[in-house]
Amino acid sequence: MNLRRDVFQAIADPTRRAILLLVASQSMTAGSIASNFDTARPTVSKHLQILTECELLEQNQNGREIYYHINAKKMKEVADFIEPFRKMWDDRFNKLETIMKKYKSNK
Amino acid sequence: MQQKTKIDAEDGKQELVITREFDLPLELLFKAYAEPEIVEQWMGTKVLKLENKKHGSYQFETSDAKGNVVFQANGVIHEFSPNHKITRTFEMENTPFDVQLEFLEFEQLTDDTSKLNMHIVYKSVALRDQMMQIGFAPGINMAHNRLQDIVSKLK
Repeated sequence: MNLRRDVFQAIADPTRRAILLLVASQSMTAGSIASNFDTARPTVSKHLQILTECELLEQNQNGREIYYHINAKKMKEVADFIEPFRKMWDDRFNKLETIMKKYKSNK
Repeated sequence: MQQKTKIDAEDGKQELVITREFDLPLELLFKAYAEPEIVEQWMGTKVLKLENKKHGSYQFETSDAKGNVVFQANGVIHEFSPNHKITRTFEMENTPFDVQLEFLEFEQLTDDTSKLNMHIVYKSVALRDQMMQIGFAPGINMAHNRLQDIVSKLK
């Protein structure tokens, strides 16, 4: 499994990016993270699970509560400069594909 | 989900390869590179000149909303083989970046799908890395920027 690819998929989602921003400054429980979103709690849980599986988030048990905090080491991989470059080409090629599909149907 | 666009950039090499599979017949994919009006649409730049032939040349220019020219690029075409291959140089004007060499190979996968293989060779390893860092500037979104700010503080 290509772990790096999974990390980038994880941050491709706007809610997951928002979660990472939230926990970047402090550890938070799933409940306090969810209270920041209009999204249903199970949806937020699913996002937390994906982020944890990709090792972008780490869990800490504190009494009965589980706290989530950001995994700085993994986050550095996200900052890898190849991804924005790839994203730029991906956006461009998506546009090309959309334009040419229209072109085809207009013919 | 597999990413449609892949970048293969090995550490310490002065080249990179961009590959992409398209849900388009080969002819349409190639047309998107050959017709100036279409290039303008997906590249988001004005095409001043595009001579699709050996020893031909091309010129791109992008202006902002006020009409100021913000980006100029040009190059020479070394090989133009329809539905197969384009070999060309690419150079951004008024920048310290040296010209790069691009090999674009177009391949049919099925009747309705095709693949582009773009091999870019830079003058040096440092230049390649720099181009990857600045090359995306206009496309990036705010959230990603903020994320990067945070990450750089973590370092």
